[in-house]
Amino acid sequence: MSGLPVGTAPAVAGPPAKAALRHRLAERGMDRTLLLVLPAALAVIALFCYPFLYGLQLSFQPAKGGVFGAYRQFFAEPFSRKSVWATFSLAIPASLINVGVSVPISYRMRRDFRGKRLLLALLVVPITLGTVLTAEGILEFYGPAGWFNRTLHLLGLADSPVQLTMNYTGVLLSLVISGFPFAYLLTHSYLSGIHPSLEKAAATLGAGWWQRFRYVTFPLLLPGLMTTFCLSFVMAFAVFPSAMMVGDPNGSTHVISIEAYQAALERFDYAQGSADAMIMTALMLVVLAAVTGLRSRLYRGSTGGKG
Amino acid sequence: MSTVPDMTDGARTPAAASPAGSQLGELRLRGVSRAYGSYTALHPLDLTIRGGEFVALLGPSGCGKTTALNCLAGLLPLTAGEIVLDGRRVDTVPPEKRGFGMVFQNYALFPHLTVRGNVAFGLKMRGVGRAETTRRVDEVLRLVRLTEQAHKHPGQLSGGQQQRVAIARAIVMEPPLVLMDEPLSNLDAALRLEMRSEIRRIHQEFGLTTVYVTHDQEEALSLADRLVVLEAGRVSQIGTPAELYEHPADPHVAAFMGYRNLLALDVVSVRGSRAVVQRRGLRLTGTLVGGGPVAEGREATVAIRPEDVRVAGPGEQPIAEAVAQIVEYHGRALHVEAVTGDGDRIHLRADGGIRPGDALAVTVDADRALLFPSPGTGPGPDPAGAPGAAEVSR
Ligand SMILES: Nc1ncnc2c1ncn2[C@@H]1O[C@H](COP(=O)(O)OP(=O)(O)OP(=O)(O)O)[C@@H](O)[C@H]1O
Ligand SMILES: [Mg+2]
Repeated sequence: MSGLPVGTAPAVAGPPAKAALRHRLAERGMDRTLLLVLPAALAVIALFCYPFLYGLQLSFQPAKGGVFGAYRQFFAEPFSRKSVWATFSLAIPASLINVGVSVPISYRMRRDFRGKRLLLALLVVPITLGTVLTAEGILEFYGPAGWFNRTLHLLGLADSPVQLTMNYTGVLLSLVISGFPFAYLLTHSYLSGIHPSLEKAAATLGAGWWQRFRYVTFPLLLPGLMTTFCLSFVMAFAVFPSAMMVGDPNGSTHVISIEAYQAALERFDYAQGSADAMIMTALMLVVLAAVTGLRSRLYRGSTGGKG
Repeated sequence: MSTVPDMTDGARTPAAASPAGSQLGELRLRGVSRAYGSYTALHPLDLTIRGGEFVALLGPSGCGKTTALNCLAGLLPLTAGEIVLDGRRVDTVPPEKRGFGMVFQNYALFPHLTVRGNVAFGLKMRGVGRAETTRRVDEVLRLVRLTEQAHKHPGQLSGGQQQRVAIARAIVMEPPLVLMDEPLSNLDAALRLEMRSEIRRIHQEFGLTTVYVTHDQEEALSLADRLVVLEAGRVSQIGTPAELYEHPADPHVAAFMGYRNLLALDVVSVRGSRAVVQRRGLRLTGTLVGGGPVAEGREATVAIRPEDVRVAGPGEQPIAEAVAQIVEYHGRALHVEAVTGDGDRIHLRADGGIRPGDALAVTVDADRALLFPSPGTGPGPDPAGAPGAAEVSR
């Protein structure tokens, strides 16, 4: 057994071994697998970024008024300027209602009870209906001669039909009906990610149901609620078909998307239409940035039982 | 106290609880049982816990320890039975009104709160003042050695540190009853020993009454005043560590108490409390325990500790011839696993000089071999049956 190195001497004397490339990349937050995203990224650039940039440059080339003419025009004209307010006054309440209502419902739905699956199906079914179908349903049901008003009339609760369609209420109703299932499903999955033992622990520490919700579940749920709000808001902000069908497109529900549509496809002013779309995008991004900024200041770690 | 079913008392200070006096007089469980659907996880359990007592629930995984603890804490509704605390029924009181402290098996720390926030949570819920909260939290954090970690979130802690936060969070309330579900299972050996004595010290210092769940017999024996051994949701035996260690009620308890040699043998002859049993290459004289029916030709389980088996000296009658197969080094002694010609495994302790492959003639003293007559074929009580019957008074 001669010639073998004595155990105490290091086998290789030299610079310390380098970590594998993969580990060094991971240390900087890079993952080689991400390269697989490249083709998809190219497709996104081709399908989204190109039209976006095309529209952007188009918006700076109005027929009159110089580079920012179309933008100036939008804010100068009271009718189009009001569409900003119309959009926000629909999108924000609709998202708040969607998120707000899905919290108590999904909170209750965590427990097992008889008929839970049926109820779940009923809550989620509106997803499968398109906006158009929902709008038609609303017209049928809540219209001046719809079942709702007829029932009210039969019960003697209202003398004349309650105006629920072709106005703000109709659009809000439609946004809630079509947006709620998404908000509910998201909230439900965020909530089921919170380990039930956390509330049990809070209970043994003397917290009643409201305190358990207020100090344990709600803080853990809040980041998820904000994401849900963002998604709900984006969907509601782009409201178009229902604003046309069950709303008052030339009055209280004259939202930005309708303004852009009318500019581009009714007045054939593409530059103005593009500018309207850009304004819409910018407003949406401002809200998303604000919510995301708030969210990043909250606790965002795991919501599991082991912390 | 009033008749209002709220046993919480937020403003209690450590000074108010005298070290010796416990806040709890007597907790009585009567026929407490719990079923999940058709599966009975906990058969009717009768147990009386006296104030200041340290009771360990011991049993293998899945035997219903956590279930029993959750029933006590009020986190699971009882299927049957009642829990009476100092003469008042508490099984209908919701957990937040019971004021029992609980250390969860999975810690259940609040991930969005810091260590300090976690420990202070209960005090905040009870409306304890800020200065008082800070003082008590600091004190408890020092006790569990987490002062340095106070500002961290649970996700930034090691498993053992999280476990200590869970303990701190439960004891900072100075509850009359503390329920601990395997609180030391994730600690390394050294810290485990340290925390074990810490828990015992806290228990005594704060005058707590503790129900402690574990599957580690050593932990249970060293910590508890009284042990409750569970098997498949039923009580096998209740008694002091010494009682269980010396007089296990059935082979299952014996197995938990370190009787590693459990062999089924046939009774050859009975004389008084002694009986001769044999099967295949094994023949020995043992002491009858367990009170089951015994007769020649019936089966009995013999339970022997490894340290009671020794290599037969010259002139001694060996109980079996076996070949050493596995020899483990355990410091001062060797732990030997030997196999007889017929495949029975015998565990023994030896001082040294045994190597795998050595042929051994082993023996055991008759009073060290416990014989449990096997139940089933004849009349007589089922040793693992009626839980009340197995209760041994202290
Ligand atoms: N929610 C449940 N539904 C159905 N069965 C359950 C439920 N919870 C526990 N059980 C069953 O009840 C039995 C006892 O469970 P328990 O959690 O009390 O075991 P344990 O003694 O604490 O075990 P361990 O030492 O592994 O923690 C197990 O067989 C388990 O499968
Ligand atoms: Mg358990």
